[in-house]
Amino acid sequence: MRMKLKTSHKLRSKMLPLITMVSPVTLWLTLLIVIPLLYLLVISFASTDASHNIEFSFTFKNYAKLLDPTLLTIYGNSLVVAGLTTVLCVLIGYPFAYIMARTTPFRKTLMMIFLMLPFWTNSIIRLYGWRTLLGTNGYINNILETVGIIKEPLNMLFTREAVILGMIYTLFPFMVLPLHTAIDKLDKNLLEAASDLGARAVRSFFHITLPLTASGIFAGVIMVFIPSLGYFFVSDLLGGGKSQLIGNVIERQFKEAFNWPFGAALSIVLILITLLLVKIYTKAGGNVDELGVV
Amino acid sequence: MPDKAIVQLKHVDKQYGDNRVVKDLNMEVYEGEFLSILGPSGCGKTTTLRMIAGFEQQSAGSILVEGEAVENKEPFDRNVNTVFQSYALFPHMTVFDNVAFGLKMKRFKKQVIKSEVEQALSLVQLEGFEKRFPSQLSGGQRQRVAIARAIVNKPRVLLLDEPLGALDMKLRKQMQIELKHLQKKLAITFVYVTHDQEEALTMSDRIAVMNGGVLEQIDVPSEIYEHPRTKFVADFIGESNLFEAVVEEIRDESISLSMESGSAVGTGKGFFEKELIYLSVRPEKTKCSAVPVKGFSLQGVVRESIFIGTLLTSIMVLQNEQQIKITTLAGQPSPAVGTTQYLCWAPEDAVLMHSASNDIFSAVENVDLSTFTANK
Amino acid sequence: MNKRRAVKATKKISARIFSGLVFAFLYLPIAIVVLFSFNISKRNILFEGFTLDWYSVMAQNDALLQAFANTLIVASCSTLIATMIGTLTAVGMFRYKFRGKGVIDALLYIPVVIPEIVLGIALLSVFSLCSIPLGLISMIIAHVTFSIPFVVFTVRARLSGYDRSVEEAAMDLGANRKKVFFHITVPILLPGILSGAILAFTLSIDDIIISFFTTGATSTTFPLKVLELVRSGVSPDVYALSTLIILVTFTIVVVSQTFAYKRNKKES
Repeated sequence: MRMKLKTSHKLRSKMLPLITMVSPVTLWLTLLIVIPLLYLLVISFASTDASHNIEFSFTFKNYAKLLDPTLLTIYGNSLVVAGLTTVLCVLIGYPFAYIMARTTPFRKTLMMIFLMLPFWTNSIIRLYGWRTLLGTNGYINNILETVGIIKEPLNMLFTREAVILGMIYTLFPFMVLPLHTAIDKLDKNLLEAASDLGARAVRSFFHITLPLTASGIFAGVIMVFIPSLGYFFVSDLLGGGKSQLIGNVIERQFKEAFNWPFGAALSIVLILITLLLVKIYTKAGGNVDELGVV
Repeated sequence: MPDKAIVQLKHVDKQYGDNRVVKDLNMEVYEGEFLSILGPSGCGKTTTLRMIAGFEQQSAGSILVEGEAVENKEPFDRNVNTVFQSYALFPHMTVFDNVAFGLKMKRFKKQVIKSEVEQALSLVQLEGFEKRFPSQLSGGQRQRVAIARAIVNKPRVLLLDEPLGALDMKLRKQMQIELKHLQKKLAITFVYVTHDQEEALTMSDRIAVMNGGVLEQIDVPSEIYEHPRTKFVADFIGESNLFEAVVEEIRDESISLSMESGSAVGTGKGFFEKELIYLSVRPEKTKCSAVPVKGFSLQGVVRESIFIGTLLTSIMVLQNEQQIKITTLAGQPSPAVGTTQYLCWAPEDAVLMHSASNDIFSAVENVDLSTFTANK
Repeated sequence: MNKRRAVKATKKISARIFSGLVFAFLYLPIAIVVLFSFNISKRNILFEGFTLDWYSVMAQNDALLQAFANTLIVASCSTLIATMIGTLTAVGMFRYKFRGKGVIDALLYIPVVIPEIVLGIALLSVFSLCSIPLGLISMIIAHVTFSIPFVVFTVRARLSGYDRSVEEAAMDLGANRKKVFFHITVPILLPGILSGAILAFTLSIDDIIISFFTTGATSTTFPLKVLELVRSGVSPDVYALSTLIILVTFTIVVVSQTFAYKRNKKES
C-alpha cells in the first residue's frame, strides 16, 4: 500500500509542473489553429444558400471551380510573381547578408538596425510611398525624363513588375535574416584552408561557401515564397485591377462575394502548396528549426 | 656545406593600427629542416606563420619563398601549405574529398588524385577512412586528415600552427614522434609554431624563440638550452635560477660577481667591470654544500623538497628572500630540509647575459654598490 | 601600390556601394513619406512647399488616432499574453522530456509556415461559427496565436546555453519550483524573453492580413485604416502620423541599442 502511494506522488510531482507549463500553449494552439484549420477544410466542401449563409452539405463544386481557366491563370501568375520575388530576393539578399556577416561587429549591428527599422513602421504607408514614386508624374519618371534617359514617362505603376517590387520590398528581411545566420556560422578558417589549398575566390565560393550556407538559402526561400502567395495588399496597392493574385481572390470571397466555402477551398490549395514546399525543403536537408529564426 | 635558405624574412614588420605585433624580424628557414617558432601567446609567432602562408600581409619588409618575393601572391599561389590549429576540415566533404581538394584545384586527373590521396592517407595511418565525414572522427583522426590534406600537395614548406594543442597528453607525445618521422620521410621543410617548449626541444632541428614580436634567439635546441642569449630565453626555456649581478673582477674568462645575496663566479667573454648583468644557472647544475666554496658566498635555508618521480626538487631561500631551485636525481644525495647550505656551481655552467636596456645601467650608477658586496 | 591591397580595397568599396544602394532602396519610400508630411499640396505627387499644418490636422483626426490607439492596445495585450505563454512553454519544453514534444513543435510551426491569409480566414470562420463578436478581443486572440511561436523560438534559442545547475543550487538553498522560476530562471533568460516580446510587438503593430480578417467595424487598427484610406486617397496627415511613428521608433531603437552596446562593453 505504501509503495503505491509513493510512486503516484512521485509521478505527480514530476508531471504537475510540466503540465502547468505546457498545457496553456497546447490548449491555445489546438483551439485556435488546429480546429480552425480543420473547420476550413470542412467548409471547403460546403456550399452557400441564398442569403450567403453556409449550408453544410458535402460537395466538390468549390474545388471544381478551381479548374476554371481564369482561376488557373491567376494561380499561375501568383506562382510566377512569388517565384520571381524569391529569386530576386536571393540574388540581392545573399550579397547583402554576406557583407553584413563579414563586417565589424559594430557595423553589423548598425546594418541590422537599419535593415529592420523600416519594418517597424507601417507597411501600407511605405508601399504607398512607392506608389507616389512610381507614378506617371512621380519622381522617378521626373528624374529619368530630366536626365534624358527616357522621352515619355514609363508606365511603372499597376504592372506585374510593380507588384514584384512591392513584394521584394516587404519581404526582404525575411530572406536576409536566415541567410545572415547561416553565413555568420561559417568558419572563416575553412575559407583560409581552401585558399591555402589552391582555391581562388570563385571556386572557394562554389565549393565551400555555397554548400555550407545552402540551409540559409532554403530557409529564406520558404520565408519569402509562401507569404508572397498570400500578400494581397501588395497587389492591391501596386497592381491595381490588373494584377490579380490568389490572395486577392481569396480576400474577395470573404469580404465581397461572401462565398466562404469557395474561399476555403482556395486556401486549402494554398496550404497544400505550402506543405509541398516544406516537404521539398526537409527532403533537401533543410532543418525546420531554422525557419522562423528572426 | 652551408644550408640553403628556403624561406627568408627580411626586416618584416606587422602592425595592427598602433599595435606592432612583429618587429623587424629577420629569419631564415633552411631547406629540409624542422624549425619551431616558440614563444608565449601574443609573441607574434602565429602572425609570422600566417604571413608566410599569405593570410596576412606584412606592413614592411619582404618575405621570400624559394628566392621569390611573395607579398603579391595570394595563399593559393604559394607553394606552401598550412595545417590549421582547428584543423579546418570541410564538414560537408568526406575524408577523401577533403584530402583531394588541393589536387582538385590543380585539376589533376581522377586516377592520379585517387592514388595520391590513398598514399597520403596511408602515410598518416588512416587507410579505410575515405568515406567518413569529419564529424564522425575523433580529434586525433581529424588531425591526421588535416596533415594528409596538406602534404598530399607536396608543398616545399609545410606550416603547422600549434596542431597538437587540442590533443590529450599521451596522444600528443605520440603525434610528436610521428610528425618528426613524417618530416624526415617526406624531406619537406616544416615550420612549426608552438608555445610548448618541451615540444619544441623534442622535435626541432632549430628553434626560433620569439617574445613581444622580437626574435630573441634562433639556434639548435642544445644551444638554446645551454647557452640562452637573453634573459627571456633563459627564463622561458627550461627552469633556471636567475640572478642580477655586478661584475667585480675579470681574470681571463673567470668572472667574479657580486649579487644582492652574496658573491659568485661565472665565465664569459665580452663583459667589463662594474657592468650589470644577468646570471642564469639550471637547477640541475646548481649545487649545495655544507661548507662555503671558494668565490661563492650565497647562503640559504632549504625550505622544502618536492618529489616528482625521477627528480627531487629542493627549494632554498636565500637571505634576500629569493627562491632557488636545486634538482637532483632521486636516490642521489640531496640537501636536507631545514638545514643551512651554501650555494655553488661550476663556473662554466652559469650563463652570463648582458642586460638589455641602458636604463638599468644608468640606474646602477645611482645605486650604492656597497649593498652588492658579499656579506660575510 | 600592392596588387593584393588594391584588390582588397576594390572589394571593400564595391561592398559599401552595394549596401548603400540596398539601403537607399529600403529608405526611399520612407523618405517620401517624411517629405510629403510637410507638403503644402494635398496631392501626393510632387513636393510643392513646406508646411507643418498636416501635423495639427493629424492631431484632430480622431478616427486616425483612435485606430492608432487600437493598434497599441492590441499589440500590448497580445504581446503580454503571448510572452507569458511562450516563455512557460519554452522553459517547460527545455526542462522536461516527454512524448508530446514533437507534436507541440509541429503545432508551433504551423502559424509560422502557412500563409497568413489562410490563418486569418480560418480564425474568421471559427469566430463566425461560435458567434464571437469581431472587435478588439478577437484581434487580440488572433495576434496572440501568431505571436506565441516566435516568442517560444526566441526564448528557446536563448536557453541553449542555459546552465541548469544554477536552478539546482537554488533548490538546494531552499527555493521551491515557483520561486526558482521567478527568481532564477526568468531573470537569467530576461534578454531572450525581451527579444521575444519585442518581436511579438513588432509583428503585431504592423500586422495587416490577420487583422484584416479578424477586425470589427469599430476596432480598426492603424495599418487597416491606412489601407482603407489608400483606396480613397491618402491625405498628408496620415504621412504626419507615420513620420512621428518613424521618429519615435528610431529614437527607441537607437537609445536601447546604445545602452546594450555600453553594457556589453562594460561586461567585456
